[in-house]
Amino acid sequence: MRQTLWTLAALLSHWRRHPANLATLVLGLAIATALWSGVQALNAQARKSYDSAAAVFTGGTAQTLVAARGGLFSQELFVRLRRAGVKVSPALEGVARIGKNDAGEKNVRLIGVEPLTLPRASTLAALSETKEATNILTGAGRSFAAPQTLHDLGLAEGARAKTERGFALPPLVATEDAPPGAVIVDIGVAQKALDKPQRLSRLIVAGDARVEAAQIAAVAGDEMRLVEADEESDLSRLTDSFHLNLTAFGLLAFLVGFFIVNASFGLAFEQRLPMVRTLRALGVSARALVAAIGVELLAFTLVAGGLGVLGGYLIAAALLPDVAASLEGLYGAQLSGRLSLDASWWLSGFAMAGAGALLAAGSGVTKTLRLPVLSVARPIAWREAHQRYLKRQGALAALALLGSAIAYRLADGLVSGFMVIALALLGAALLLPVALAATLRLGESLARGPLSRWFFADGRQEIAGLSLALMALLLALSTNIGVGGMVEGFRQTFLHWLDERLAAEVYYEAATPKDAREIEDWAKGDPRISAVLPIWRARTRISDWPVEIVGMTRHETYSAHFTLLEARPDVWRALFEEDVVLVSEQLARRLKLSLGDALDIPATSDVWRARIVGIFPDYGNPKGQLRFDHAKLAQHFSDASGVHYALRVAPADVASVMEELQRRYGARIARLIDNSGVKKISTEIFERTFTVTTALNTLMLIVSAIALFASLLTLSSLRIAHIAPVWAVGVARKRLAGLELARILLFSAGAATLAIPLGVFVTWGLVAIVNVVAFGWRLPMQVFPAQWAQVFIVALVTALVAAIVPALRLARSAPVDLLKVFANER
Amino acid sequence: MKGKALALHLTLLPAILLALFAGAACAQGFGGLGSDAPGFETPKPGAPVLFPKDHGAHEAFRTEWWYVTANLKGADGESYGVQWTLFRHALEPKSGAGWDDRNIFMAHAAATSAKEHLFAQALARGGVGQAGVESAPFKAWIDDWRFEASDNGFTKARISAKDARFSYDLTLTRDAPFVLQGEAGFSRKAETGQASHYYSQPFFTVDGTLVLHGRAVKVAGRAWMDREWSSQPLAPDQKGWDWFSLHLSGGEKLMLFRLRGARDYLSGNWIAPDGATRLLAPGDIALEPLSQSAVGGHYIPTRWRVQVKSRSLDIVTAPLNPASWNGGTSAYWEGPISFSGSQNGEGYLEMTGY
Repeated sequence: MRQTLWTLAALLSHWRRHPANLATLVLGLAIATALWSGVQALNAQARKSYDSAAAVFTGGTAQTLVAARGGLFSQELFVRLRRAGVKVSPALEGVARIGKNDAGEKNVRLIGVEPLTLPRASTLAALSETKEATNILTGAGRSFAAPQTLHDLGLAEGARAKTERGFALPPLVATEDAPPGAVIVDIGVAQKALDKPQRLSRLIVAGDARVEAAQIAAVAGDEMRLVEADEESDLSRLTDSFHLNLTAFGLLAFLVGFFIVNASFGLAFEQRLPMVRTLRALGVSARALVAAIGVELLAFTLVAGGLGVLGGYLIAAALLPDVAASLEGLYGAQLSGRLSLDASWWLSGFAMAGAGALLAAGSGVTKTLRLPVLSVARPIAWREAHQRYLKRQGALAALALLGSAIAYRLADGLVSGFMVIALALLGAALLLPVALAATLRLGESLARGPLSRWFFADGRQEIAGLSLALMALLLALSTNIGVGGMVEGFRQTFLHWLDERLAAEVYYEAATPKDAREIEDWAKGDPRISAVLPIWRARTRISDWPVEIVGMTRHETYSAHFTLLEARPDVWRALFEEDVVLVSEQLARRLKLSLGDALDIPATSDVWRARIVGIFPDYGNPKGQLRFDHAKLAQHFSDASGVHYALRVAPADVASVMEELQRRYGARIARLIDNSGVKKISTEIFERTFTVTTALNTLMLIVSAIALFASLLTLSSLRIAHIAPVWAVGVARKRLAGLELARILLFSAGAATLAIPLGVFVTWGLVAIVNVVAFGWRLPMQVFPAQWAQVFIVALVTALVAAIVPALRLARSAPVDLLKVFANER
Repeated sequence: MKGKALALHLTLLPAILLALFAGAACAQGFGGLGSDAPGFETPKPGAPVLFPKDHGAHEAFRTEWWYVTANLKGADGESYGVQWTLFRHALEPKSGAGWDDRNIFMAHAAATSAKEHLFAQALARGGVGQAGVESAPFKAWIDDWRFEASDNGFTKARISAKDARFSYDLTLTRDAPFVLQGEAGFSRKAETGQASHYYSQPFFTVDGTLVLHGRAVKVAGRAWMDREWSSQPLAPDQKGWDWFSLHLSGGEKLMLFRLRGARDYLSGNWIAPDGATRLLAPGDIALEPLSQSAVGGHYIPTRWRVQVKSRSLDIVTAPLNPASWNGGTSAYWEGPISFSGSQNGEGYLEMTGY
């Protein structure tokens, strides 16, 4: 025990003498942990929100019944089931826009429940704790929302929120039991607020009584579908890919941080070899040494892990609003805005730090333990093994690249898609030192004069010490190029597509179908409006996937502007004359459909078979979409919500038409917006989605700069032994420092050069594999050389910043330090 | 007044809302039956009871119930009791259509044997069809529990209820006219004027099937139906009641109740086999608890001495099962009894507010 303590004290004294080494180690481990646990916190927060949204009805255990083909169903089914003895409780969910006091509106999930039949397992049953609960069925009634939701809406308790249709919800009561972003009201209130009289979206089966599908079929035929409690919700299925993307980023960031830790530990162990030899010679047992190193690692884990988890919390808190906004924009998922994390998250952060530290220290520990007691300590032993090291790197690189190729051959899921990219990145990173060494060898053979030959030859020696940092830089740069290329490509494609898709000038949603008919009649008679285009909507499920249905009318707006990826030549004629449909790219990919295939579409009362005549891009839509003739939609989907319309108006008349619509119809128009408004909203969602990506990307680049800095700093003291002889033969310190700087810039330039093709590969991997699997659509592959130049400059600046301090230190080093190299005092 | 009906019904308002929402307003009297009812109609003496209209709901009144209790003999030789009750309670005087309907329905079903007492409760909103009442032909339902007459004349009816542990399906046959309780259907509940409209059908004969824990038994016997509607049937100080419906030998029927308040209020009705009634004066009735049973955490007087002096009736009642506790949102004791003394027979006893 005492021995272990003394050994520990001796080992720790190293850090006192090398504070920079200690700082980079702790910083590296902390950053790696922070990035990883930050991303995990965001994912955990989102999952928790989805769960609480789902538990509203089921309490996590109950079965529910939904319409077999999706969408709403008649309340009469609820009564029929009850009167057949099936204990179910009705619910209606929908989205309402609620105006804030100051500016803008916010979407809320309006949930209507029936308090008398609501199962006790439902989280909403806890509303019973509220003193206001007894008022839900009397007077004006009550609305319930989480305090956070009230805050977001800018509404106080007791206020009556107004929906976009002008319906005043019952006075609000705050309750922690309401899920984030939801307002809970009585079922009757919800039907009125959402203008869905007699319609329901779900039946909740009372907890203790299990229901068999046959029982349901006996009463409701094939109209209802039984959803088991553990069945994944559409929401979590739809958002899965988003979270996998985040996780991949977190992992990559951890890897970069891990490189720093590995570099720092590697150097520390190398530097401590003489000390270890001395300790062993003095009689310290291998066991005591292992124990001491173990305690040291534990201390690092606790300190750096603690800092990291704290940093992760801060990162998550900072990014949460953006993540929440993009999840809401993309999937309509509501996240609680207040970060709440459980113990397992904190523990997993520490575990990750511990695993990182152990892994990073692994090779150093093994080497330390294998050290023959009587052999002479060789602090720069790694140089001699350099040749072997490069060979091993090369072999590993080949292996990783092979793995990437295999993963591509087998690719069928998101995980293998990421594997292709990750293994290629790893392979390229491992290859980097080999490539740099080869370049230096080439330079050496071409160099004239002793100093330039020394420049290259010495550079080769330096690679091993810097390789991990350079690899980290390469990863950061190529991820930057890759993701930047994907995002920019997406932005251009998306904006162009949006322009085409929003060819009509004015869009509106009437409050009710009756209002819609009236407004339509007026619009048809107005000379400023050249076309009234109904865009009625319905919902169904095909192969258990939610599908939106949108009607189209025969008009130039579509035939001239609507972008199609693939289509029959006579698509615009066929669409209005035959039993045919257009399908979105997502739907076509998911159901493996191609042009000419027949598709069975569950309609209101029958199944309609139609042929596919076109496939259109539908970027950003998590659901599948079908578009076909408006008249056929009205015929097959009698419950279509006929309230959405687009108007063609000469640009000069847009403002006056919108004004008149507003004035004439007021609250009977639920939403009115011109195409530039829609574009603005869509673009905002897009930008926020990639804010997170960009933030993580930037953090990663910063981390790799720190890695480079850390390695250079720790190397610089070792480098003295290499430089002193050159100085002794008459090369000035300033010159030497300049050469050191030039060498680092050369290395970074090398890494940046390799990062460009690698980055393009990453873009391709994201566009051609990951996006297709994750989102169901494929973007055209685009490259952006201007971005490359930018990244190249960033690489050089990063290297310069990282190398400037060690170089200055060298330029200013006292001659006596350099002379010491030749004495025995080092 | 049939106390039992009250009991159940009381449960309703507090029961339903309190049970489900647990927020508790301290209602007056058992089940809030003694609280003010502004905006609702109040029972008036002399208002005629009309059939079939009055079999249906009276939405101007705050509360009402349809109540059936049956004393049954099984083919297995055992005695059984069955209860089927539907309460309507209006949360507000103004009611709309669909989900805006402000009526809440609550139903209680129970099956009693000497060994066990099984009870179930159902709740529903009015207005959408999950529960409701129609008058001609009479039909009352909540979920798959039903009380339906076969024709407008109400000569035959069926009651059925179903729970995981028990179910029953019974046919009721009537061979005498409906009986108006109190003064031509106006039943006083307190000296301060609280009252209800109240009629009964104590002459039903019953046969059908009772299923206990999956075991079906053919049963036959007698049933008693009570109908009451009011808006504030209890005086504020009345905390509960004891109510008897008795099938006497010779085809006579007896209804008695005691409302326990600052001063007990006693009332009763002697019903001849042809349905002719004779109101009993408070001083004519004597009710004396003999022994108590601990049920559901309460001490309940389950054996009684019952006297009607003018008729020389002096009997002692005994429960078929002392644990006939209906543990719903407002819990009360309701179960089959038998009696002996000056007369032998059977009936039902309901006790609330203990």
